[in-house]
Amino acid sequence: MLASSWLIPLLPLVAFAFIVFFTNKRPKLSSYLSVGAVCGSFVLSVPVLFEVLKNPITSEFKFTWIDLQGFTIQMGILIDPLTAVMLMVVTIVSMLVHIYSIGYMAGDPRFSRYFSFLSLFTFAMLGLVLANNFFEIFIFWELVGLTSYLLIGFWFEKKVAADAGKKAFITTRTGDLGFLVGIFLLVSAAGTFNFNQIFHQIEAGSISTGILTVSAILIFAGAVGKSAQFPLHVWLPDAMEGPTPVSALIHAATMVAAGVYLVARTMTLFAASSSAGLIVAIIGAFTAFLAASIGLVQNDIKRVLAYSTISQLGYMMLALGLVGLTAGTFHLMTHAFFKALLFLGAGSVIHAMHTNDIWKMGGLFPKMKITAITFIIASLSISGIFPFSGFWSKDEIFAVAAEYHPIFLLVAIIVAFMTAFYMFRLCFVTFFGKPRDKHKFDHAHESPKVMTIPLMILAFLSIFAGWLGIPWLAKGYSSFVFFHHPHHAEPKIWLMLISTIVALSGIGLAYLIYYKGSISAEKLKEKFSFPYKLLFNKYYFDELYQAIIINPIMGFANFLFKFDLGIIDWLVNAFGNFTLFISNVKEWFDTNIVDGAVNGIAWIFKKACTGLRQIQTGYLSNYILVIFFGILLIILFKIA
Amino acid sequence: MITLNHYLALASILFCIGIYGVLTRRNAISVLMSIELMFNAANINFIAFSKFITPVFLTGQVFAVFVITIAAAEATVALAIVILIYRHHKEINVDKINFLKW
Amino acid sequence: MESSVQSAVFYILSAIIVGSAILVVTLKNIFHSLLFLVLTFFSIAGIYVLLHAEFIAAVQVLIYVGAITVLLIFAIMMTAQIYSPVLRQTNEQVIPGLIIVGVLLITTLIVLGNTAWRVSEKLPETQSIVTIGKSLLTTYVLPFEVVSVVLITALISAIIIARRD
Repeated sequence: MLASSWLIPLLPLVAFAFIVFFTNKRPKLSSYLSVGAVCGSFVLSVPVLFEVLKNPITSEFKFTWIDLQGFTIQMGILIDPLTAVMLMVVTIVSMLVHIYSIGYMAGDPRFSRYFSFLSLFTFAMLGLVLANNFFEIFIFWELVGLTSYLLIGFWFEKKVAADAGKKAFITTRTGDLGFLVGIFLLVSAAGTFNFNQIFHQIEAGSISTGILTVSAILIFAGAVGKSAQFPLHVWLPDAMEGPTPVSALIHAATMVAAGVYLVARTMTLFAASSSAGLIVAIIGAFTAFLAASIGLVQNDIKRVLAYSTISQLGYMMLALGLVGLTAGTFHLMTHAFFKALLFLGAGSVIHAMHTNDIWKMGGLFPKMKITAITFIIASLSISGIFPFSGFWSKDEIFAVAAEYHPIFLLVAIIVAFMTAFYMFRLCFVTFFGKPRDKHKFDHAHESPKVMTIPLMILAFLSIFAGWLGIPWLAKGYSSFVFFHHPHHAEPKIWLMLISTIVALSGIGLAYLIYYKGSISAEKLKEKFSFPYKLLFNKYYFDELYQAIIINPIMGFANFLFKFDLGIIDWLVNAFGNFTLFISNVKEWFDTNIVDGAVNGIAWIFKKACTGLRQIQTGYLSNYILVIFFGILLIILFKIA
Repeated sequence: MITLNHYLALASILFCIGIYGVLTRRNAISVLMSIELMFNAANINFIAFSKFITPVFLTGQVFAVFVITIAAAEATVALAIVILIYRHHKEINVDKINFLKW
Repeated sequence: MESSVQSAVFYILSAIIVGSAILVVTLKNIFHSLLFLVLTFFSIAGIYVLLHAEFIAAVQVLIYVGAITVLLIFAIMMTAQIYSPVLRQTNEQVIPGLIIVGVLLITTLIVLGNTAWRVSEKLPETQSIVTIGKSLLTTYVLPFEVVSVVLITALISAIIIARRD
């Protein structure tokens, strides 16, 4: 059963190829193909999960791809509990987003292309999850980056979308460079690409700590880029220019989680180097705080969610950096469900209102009941309200942080407060209160079933998926990921109480400000005008990068351009002109001297032959005359 | 007294007349007749040598027989060719027939 | 006495031969020149008799005067350009031809005069036919056979060449 799991990523690839080559002109068929392929992947993934549940060991299937003397590069699949969980997350979210997209993208002129991209992404993501070595994971890593670029810039007629695609691609590339160097470093030390072999060597202690630390940090740089951690977080909010289902699938649930997955996959590496782990934790915590604070004041529904995603990814990094594999991956799973739900809900709202600005919405609850209810469920989940799944996973992270150092716990709690606040700010502004844009409100309507059913399924998962990880369960999520050796922080009731209180107070504050209006948002804005401006402008990160990175590079590029134009081109042209001159001289020599000689010889022969030709008259008498003349000469010669 | 040289001189003159005919006549049949004159000059030579140099074995006369035979054969074939050319070109003047070129 | 008669006959015959031969190569009427050719052949037969070659003389009359002349007459008849006063019978090589022929004749005569012939003093064979026959079938039997093949080949090839496809 496990051996045939290579089919899982292959199905979407086949769908992609089919759509590109055959059904591009038939959008309906393309979408069915794509959905069918991802459903097939899901169906194939379920037995993998059960197999691993029954017998949670690591199984590996590989073949040699490139055989260099003494060094082989292999391709293969690695299946362990982490892979099984990721397979489920990716296939479920992907499947639901595929279905949802049928409704959301209906009528788009590039409908088929959209689905082909989605299939390609699903293939790449599944391949990334199943990869058994660094080489393979890097290939799929780049492939998801490519599809992300393609889908962000899907509506490339809009300049913002095209620019956002470029920004995402270039920013993540910066991290990927580190990733690549890290891989090289590690592989040159270990002599193999294979995960398990490298991990065995690390555990045996045959690789020096210095190399481990440096390569771990470099590999983490890749994760920073992909998971939009500080300082490479700037691309993710802009990536919201892509279609909303894409944001849900790629930029919330799966691809951005690939960075987290990478860190989880190479956990041994980070566990072996405590300083690298600490860096991961610090960056995660800082990012979580930074993004959550920006999220407080944004007005674009998708941007708020994007900053929320960054913040939650920071949470996961925090947990993983503190060697909380259970907490990090558990939160990854629950986050995938409720964040996908949030994005799809937002998509549903945008679909109805044709705007992203929350201040143009309002009072939508009665009109879009399913969307509103599921959205609120997801908000409760992300805020960490008992007994929604977010509560359990967030609590794990708190427990891990508490075990390590109180400062991490403090940051985590502040972030939790801010999360609850901005999520319910969103809820209240969007679904309650008075409609602010009468015209748009009148046209709003609930989305079709093909969109609402995925919402309901995700809502179900947002509530119950977390229950797998209730800390008192004997065979819960933690034991599963750790191969029957449960390792997670001791559950603490007081911590749970604190987290609930914090979340509730965040919700309450949002209620007071945005629902009751008892505290004026405008007044707060005036009072804290400096922090507000800072947050509203996202700490001026984009401007900063523009000033210190992009402008110098552009200036340098301009200088190089001028240099090219002025010096290099001049030299090249000078050489060209010189060569041309030489050629002209040669041409003159050729035509007049060489050709002249040849033609002259030919002319001489022609003239001579024309003369000689006269002798051959063809008349017998002439010939006989010559013959006798010859005979006469011979005789005369003889007697003389 | 008629000596060998008298006969040889006669043969020479006859031979030269034949050459002159071959060189100057246009009609192919005239050319053939001139060739016959040259054959006869040669024959006179043979017979004269036979008489004056090998009177016992008559070798010259034997060769004269061969020459006459060859002359007959030559005349036959040559006239056949002349007739063939005439059929093709309606012409037997050798200075009109210049296909010895090419 | 006998030698003076012989001399007279020789000179007369020689004059006829040379004269008629010149007429053969110069006459405009090709048929007339043929008739003078016949006269030349007859005179040459006379020369043969003078040289005690009666058999060759007979053969000369039979083959040349008889066969070849008839052949030539046929040819002239068939090519239909027997006589035409306006028809030019000589080409433009008369002057070079004359020069060559003149030089050749003078040279030949000089050579003749300067050559010392090993003249045999024996009397000629009287029964010339017997001697020729023996020679042909003994010493010269191979050339004799070859010539017979040449004759038959010429006969067949003449037929093939001249036949109308």
